Amino acid sequence: MSRIGPTFAALKAQNKKALIPFITAGDPGRGMTVPLMHALVEAGVDLIELGVPFSDPMADGPVIQRASERALANKVGLKDVLAMVAEFRKSNDATPVVLMGYANPVERMGYAQFAAAAKAAGVDGVLTVDIPPEESTGVADVFKAAGLDPIFLLSPTTPESRVAQVAQAAGGFVYYVSLKGVTGSASLDTDEVSRKVAMVRHHCGLPVGVGFGIRDAASAEAVARIADAVVVGSRIVNEIETAPEGEAVNRVKMLVQDLRRGVDAASR
Amino acid sequence: MKLTDFPDSRGHFGPYGGIFVAETLMAALEELRIEYDRARNDPAFMAEFEYELKHYVGRPSPVYHACRLSDAYGGAQIYLKREDLNHTGAHKINNTIGQALLARRMGKKRVIAETGAGQHGVASATVAARYGMECIVYMGAEDVARQAPNVYRMKLLGATVVPVSSGSKTLKDALNEAMRDWVTNVESTFYILGTAAGPHPYPMLVRDFQCVIGRECLQQMPELAGRQPDAVIACVGGGSNAIGIFHPYIPHENVRLIGVEAGGDGIASGRHAAPLSAGSPGVLHGFRSYLMQDENGQIIETHSVSAGLDYPGVGPEHSWLKDAGRAEYVPINDDEALAAFHDLCRYEGIIPALESSHAVAQAKKLAPTLKKDQIILVNLSGRGDKDINTVAKLSGITL
Ligand SMILES: Cc1ncc(COP(=O)(O)O)c(C=O)c1O
Repeated sequence: MSRIGPTFAALKAQNKKALIPFITAGDPGRGMTVPLMHALVEAGVDLIELGVPFSDPMADGPVIQRASERALANKVGLKDVLAMVAEFRKSNDATPVVLMGYANPVERMGYAQFAAAAKAAGVDGVLTVDIPPEESTGVADVFKAAGLDPIFLLSPTTPESRVAQVAQAAGGFVYYVSLKGVTGSASLDTDEVSRKVAMVRHHCGLPVGVGFGIRDAASAEAVARIADAVVVGSRIVNEIETAPEGEAVNRVKMLVQDLRRGVDAASR
Repeated sequence: MKLTDFPDSRGHFGPYGGIFVAETLMAALEELRIEYDRARNDPAFMAEFEYELKHYVGRPSPVYHACRLSDAYGGAQIYLKREDLNHTGAHKINNTIGQALLARRMGKKRVIAETGAGQHGVASATVAARYGMECIVYMGAEDVARQAPNVYRMKLLGATVVPVSSGSKTLKDALNEAMRDWVTNVESTFYILGTAAGPHPYPMLVRDFQCVIGRECLQQMPELAGRQPDAVIACVGGGSNAIGIFHPYIPHENVRLIGVEAGGDGIASGRHAAPLSAGSPGVLHGFRSYLMQDENGQIIETHSVSAGLDYPGVGPEHSWLKDAGRAEYVPINDDEALAAFHDLCRYEGIIPALESSHAVAQAKKLAPTLKKDQIILVNLSGRGDKDINTVAKLSGITL
């Protein structure tokens, strides 16, 4: 079974909200990803989203695009990402890992073959940004059969009539994208997010994560009051990009500790 | 189901096509699908589309018997469908008029487009001016440099041209950036996609707007030549001019349909843009189709002398027609296209687009294998004014 359900259940029992960071595998270097994952856990995250680099990241803003380009320059492909997760699992069997990326690398490997390899490596969930539920017949089922949670996005433009359909295909949690735009876009409107999340909960029993536009402890706290999980991507990737040589792990740790304080402040 | 009944209601051509986009765009594509469905069943909409094609574009475009070229190539008679004579100089305008009318119907005042050679960008800027819309065109930074006259044309027409510096800085990256703009401004903005690709309903609606090419040919060929052609040849970038001329001919089973991809430096060199000839199926830009990709599923860089064919994917209906065996797809290399470019200049007094020159080059190969009374119809998708700098440079001439 995936580690995602039990992780959310345990947090709920403690009246806590989840903090989910995103980093791109292979950025800034091949050897940096596993140390960064461990640092994220030490800084208090509950689940890790690991980006699979792709040549055409259509749904990403400049920060994550550049991370993808750096990872590809380091020749990191899907197989390498799975190897990184397996390496991480040698000393961490508790923190759920979700792979986030685009359809084509997975399609190229073959969905069933990928699902088996991902499960064996210790992956818990998969979010393929450009495979909506409509196209996931035969994909979501393959993932579920392998014990992987298919994670799906919901957005401000998702009509209410569609939420139940998405929830039906989904496993683990659903990811509400807080604004119209690519990753790394500006600010989010918490009142609007609050209304939407309430609507989503009405149709979907899975935990709801919210991401896009969360940049600091204050915005993390605001979102933690609404959602079950707070997802932070571009802000962390930006920290990796701008850190001086050799400082990325420390910088990320400090940033994530601060975000953690924000998330926890919401449950007090 | 007949071949002409595709796509199905969810945009699939067999295993190809579909809607592979992030959730934020799903509602917009559904809205577009519904609105297009209404529009194409609305006689007033279709009448306005036809009026614009006639009075603004100058349709029908003629079919022309290229006698001297046919003699030179020594075999079948070659006829040219003169899309180069359309307003703005290519077939692209057929589609941009259709989409701009849809945008207006949907109350969208801001349109965006991607462009490679700049032809679709110019056609989009043109219709935006014609209908009073704001227009943003995304163009790879490399293409901005090699297609300077078209960049200036778009600016003259009031469009904003945004150079895209991510990835390989060409058409595919411009498409990524246009999609990102659309995700961000989805409520106010209509995305005028330039070829018969992208998520459903784009491949279908672009095809439908471009089918005017083939429908006219069906009528013109018997008038001019006394019968339908033995083969129809068109170049394939994303596939819009090709599907526009092929589709009406699909039920005419003894007409061969031949799509010509950009062979670049040759398939063996790896430097080409021929996914149907040398690629494999995958998912990019919202649909499943043949792609140029590496063993990790990363999209690989393409090469062609013609910017308009320099794209790693191809419209899903072409993948489907290839697998079904109804159409054949072949590569033509840069040097073969250039030779055909010069042939058409010298024998017929027509300067063709480098894209269209690929189709002419295939006619040059096919004609000698056919009899003198057989007929090849070539879709001359555009004129070559935009390419004279490129051709001059390749000939070692500075203008
Ligand atoms: C004259 C001309 N022909 C063909 C193409 C290729 O596009 P498609 O395959 O969609 O017809 C282009 C694209 O820019 C073009 O300008």
